[in-house]
Amino acid sequence: MPRDTLIEEAEGRGAGRGAPEARLETQRLETQRLETRAREAEAGFATPLRGSSTHDHDDLRSLEAGLDRLQTTADGRPSAWRRFTTSVLPPILFVVVLLVAWQLYVVIAQPRPDLAPGPLDVAGAIGTAWESGRLQLAVWTSLERGVLGFLIAVIVGTPLGLLLAEAKPLRRAVGPIISGLQVLPSVAWVPAAIIWFGLSDATVYFVVLMGAVPSIVNGLIAGVEQVPPQLRRVGTVLGAGPGRLATLVVLPAALPGYVAGLKQGWAFSWRSLMAAEIITTGGTIGFGLGSMLDQSRELADLAGVLATILVILAIGILIELVFFAPLERRMLRRRGLLVERAR
Amino acid sequence: MSGQTAIRIEHLGKRFGAGPLVLDDVNLDIGSGEFVCLLGASGCGKSTLLNLIAGLDRPTTGTIDAPTEGAAVMFQESALMPWLTARQNVELALRLRGVPRTARRSGALELLDVVNLADAAEKRPHELSGGMRQRVALARALAQDRPVLLMDEPFAALDAITRDLLHEELERVWRQTGRTIVFVTHNVREAARLGQRVVLLSSRPGRVAGEWRIAETSGRRIESPEVAALSIEITEQLRKEIRRNAA
Repeated sequence: MPRDTLIEEAEGRGAGRGAPEARLETQRLETQRLETRAREAEAGFATPLRGSSTHDHDDLRSLEAGLDRLQTTADGRPSAWRRFTTSVLPPILFVVVLLVAWQLYVVIAQPRPDLAPGPLDVAGAIGTAWESGRLQLAVWTSLERGVLGFLIAVIVGTPLGLLLAEAKPLRRAVGPIISGLQVLPSVAWVPAAIIWFGLSDATVYFVVLMGAVPSIVNGLIAGVEQVPPQLRRVGTVLGAGPGRLATLVVLPAALPGYVAGLKQGWAFSWRSLMAAEIITTGGTIGFGLGSMLDQSRELADLAGVLATILVILAIGILIELVFFAPLERRMLRRRGLLVERAR
Repeated sequence: MSGQTAIRIEHLGKRFGAGPLVLDDVNLDIGSGEFVCLLGASGCGKSTLLNLIAGLDRPTTGTIDAPTEGAAVMFQESALMPWLTARQNVELALRLRGVPRTARRSGALELLDVVNLADAAEKRPHELSGGMRQRVALARALAQDRPVLLMDEPFAALDAITRDLLHEELERVWRQTGRTIVFVTHNVREAARLGQRVVLLSSRPGRVAGEWRIAETSGRRIESPEVAALSIEITEQLRKEIRRNAA
C-alpha cells in the first residue's frame, strides 16, 4: 500500500479512536488543567491567552495520543503452543526420524554389531552404565568440574575483561594475545599441565580455565566496544562521573556482548574438560565422562563409546537450553533486539 | 522576557587540532527564558557551538559565560538506554541529579505526563515510536532541572506530522517551564516557527551572519503566513551565504 494512503487511512482511524479516549480522560485533564494553571500563575506566566491555550493543550493531548496509538503496534508475543510447534517440535521430530532410520538400517542391512551398533544397543549401554552407577558418577564428576571451572573462569575473566576494555594502552598490548589464546585449542595445555600439576584435578581445572577465560574476556571487551558513543555522551551530560558511567551506563549496555562471551566460555569449558579427561586418566583424578569414554574405547565397546558421546552432547545442549537460551532471549527481547521468528 | 542574560558568548573561536577554523569570532547574548534558534547549512559549526555551550568541549579563543549549573542537552537521536523503560530512563536522570530514591518514581511519572506519555511509562524504547522516544528524551532533559536546554536537531529524523506536533509540545513546555532554549536546526521553517530569535550562521568558518527577532510568538503554526514570509527572507540570506562558498 502506498505510504500516503496509509497515512490518510491512519488519520481517519486516529480521529475516531482519539475522541472517546479524550472523553474518558476529561476528569484527569480537568485536574491537570487546574494544576497547570496554578503552576503558570505561580511562575508568573499568566497571559490573556490562557483560556484558549489550555483548550489547545487538550487538543494537542488527544492528537498526540491518537498519533502514538497509530505509530506503535501492540506487540504480540507468540503463544506457548506456537513456540512449541515452531521451535521445540522440529528438532525433536528430526531426532526421532534419525533414530528410526538408524534402527531400520541395522535391522535391514545387518552390519557387524561391534562396528555398527543400533540405537537399542546404545540405549542398552546407557542402561547398563546407569545400573552399575558409573554413569551417575561420571556425569556428577564432570558437571561439578565443568560448572566450578566455568565459575572460576567468570570470576577471573570479568575483571580482566573490564580492565582491558577501559585501559586502552593495556588492551593494545595484551588484547591480541588474548584473541590468539582463543584460537589455541586448550588441549594443547594438557602436557604442560600434567608436568606442572601431575595427574590431579588441578590439571583439569587449568585446562578448563585456559579454554574459557579468553572467550569471556573477549566477549566483554567486544560488548564494551559496541556501546553506542551517544549513550556515554548522554551519561556524561546527565552528570555521571567515570564510576557511575561504568556501572549505570557502560556495563548494562555491554551486557549482550558479555552474555555471548559467557555462552562461548561455557562451550569452551565443557569441550576442554572432555579433552582433558580423555587424555589424563589415573592418578588422583576422579572418574568423569571423558574417563568413561576412554575406558569404553579400551574395551572396544563401541555402543558404550557412542552412549557416552550422546550423554556429553545432551548435557551440553541441556545447559544451553535451560540456562543460556532463556537468559539471552529475555535480555534481547527487553532491548528489542530479538526478531521473533514465530509471528 | 526578563532582561537577564543566561548565556554570553564573546569572540568565540574554535579549531580542532591543526584543522581549519570551525567557529570564528562568534558573539551572542542569549536572554534568560529566551527561545533562540541557531540556523545554518552543513559545516557551519552549529553542533560545535552547542557542545561548547554545554561544556562538552573547550573554546580555542574567546569566552562563554553559561549558568554554573550547566545545561541539559537533547540530541537528534533520542539516545535512551534501551534496557530501561521510559520511566526508568527519566529516573536515571533524576538519580544522577541526586534526587533521593523515594521521590524518583513520582517525579519521573510527573515529567512523563508533561510530555503526555504517562500511559507509556512502562514501555521500553523499542516499543515506542520515534516521536514518543524524543518526548521521553525531552522529559529526561527536563528531569535535569537546568535553566538552559540545548537541543541539537532533535526533530530532524521525524516525519512531518510528528514533527509538527512536537513543535507545539515544545512550545507549550517552554512557556510552562520558562527554560532558556537554544535550538539548533538546518530547517529554516522550523526555526521561523519556533524561535523568538533566529540566528543565522555562515559556513566555514561559522560566524553570525544574520539575526531576526519575532515580536509575536503565540499562535504560530508551520503553515502560518508570517512564518512563511520570514522563511523566505531567511532562506534568501542563507543562500547568499552558501553561494559565497562557491567563489
